[in-house]
Amino acid sequence: MVHVAIVGGSGFVGGELSRLLLAHPEVTKLQVTSESRAGKPLGTVHPNLRHHTDQAFIRKEDLNPCDVIFLAMPHGAAASEVSIWQNKATVVIDLSSDFRLNDMALYERYYGGLHTATHLCSQFTPGIPEFYRNELRSADRIAGPGCTAIAGILALRPLRASGVIEPRVYVDSKVGSSGSGARVGLGTHHPLRSGVTRVFKPTGHRHEAEIVTQCDVIPHVTVNSVDMVRGILLTAFCTLSHPVSDRDIRKIFREAYADEPFTRLVKRQGQAGYTLPEPKILTGTNYCDIGYALTDDGSGLIAISALDNLMKGAVGNAIHCMNIRMQFPETAGLTSISLHPV
Amino acid sequence: MTTARCISCDNMISIPTDVKLAEIVTCLECGAEHEVINSNPIELIAAPEIEEDWGE
Repeated sequence: MVHVAIVGGSGFVGGELSRLLLAHPEVTKLQVTSESRAGKPLGTVHPNLRHHTDQAFIRKEDLNPCDVIFLAMPHGAAASEVSIWQNKATVVIDLSSDFRLNDMALYERYYGGLHTATHLCSQFTPGIPEFYRNELRSADRIAGPGCTAIAGILALRPLRASGVIEPRVYVDSKVGSSGSGARVGLGTHHPLRSGVTRVFKPTGHRHEAEIVTQCDVIPHVTVNSVDMVRGILLTAFCTLSHPVSDRDIRKIFREAYADEPFTRLVKRQGQAGYTLPEPKILTGTNYCDIGYALTDDGSGLIAISALDNLMKGAVGNAIHCMNIRMQFPETAGLTSISLHPV
Repeated sequence: MTTARCISCDNMISIPTDVKLAEIVTCLECGAEHEVINSNPIELIAAPEIEEDWGE
């Protein structure tokens, strides 16, 4: 049983963390900070929490020491404050982008500035249970990956590691509006965002850097805004390095994810509309579904992944990491089944 | 319960020991449907697909 805290609890990630941690069977106490909402009940910002808790947001300075702290802060804030939080808790799990990269040249290229806590980057373990489970068991600093990043990494890493694809890959990621965060902007305000299918970032998306780091590929990532609230559907066009069969690819994914509780191979026959991964039926769950298709001429492969960007793309994955680190059952607090239809 | 390999994806399919000839068993991994043509030992073939006449 653990005491946990969320620093930066008023955003979508903070709300989703609150939702899951309030119901987590191993969490006995939860503190949630918000400088702008201190003193107000969590339910005033996250209405889905009404009647589940009457606790209020607290200021950061009032946060008591605990076992695990989740940082749900804006880009840059975690790097400047992490030294404070690592004195407050044994385990710090950062959901921002601040500690995802160890290569500072890569960081500067994608983030356009110098890192303010370079010396701490190497202390963070990538929060990707599928590939860092053993390291996570003893990690006191964990960096949650980006949502498009983990979708791309889970689709591409086994393929590249097995040598069946060439390094250069073309990635298309369709992302729901919650990926833009809770703050309203000119591109995200509902009247301007609703109904949109829009190229958000044709090149140079920040999550591309994590795919480079984790998969030994040369990716070109395009991120598109589509008309859904939650979800990512990612397709990656790959060139095969040698001829392979459908069964060869299935075997690669099966062996990579056979024992994974949240990463599933979905490539099915017969059920119209549900033969390959799609994000809608994963809403609110921690699953990442992986599929693929070979091109007719045998030269290419489309790798496909789908997930809920707030769950497997952020919060659910971070709680999975906590479960591993604290030696809880890996699926604790993460066993909900999604709504269908929704 | 016994097992047989999926014709389509090689996944192992669990099959009840009292399965009957011509029964349809479905692979949980890829969804492929198989017809049981021998129950002891188990032999499977791809189940015939329902054909669509597109209203003609």
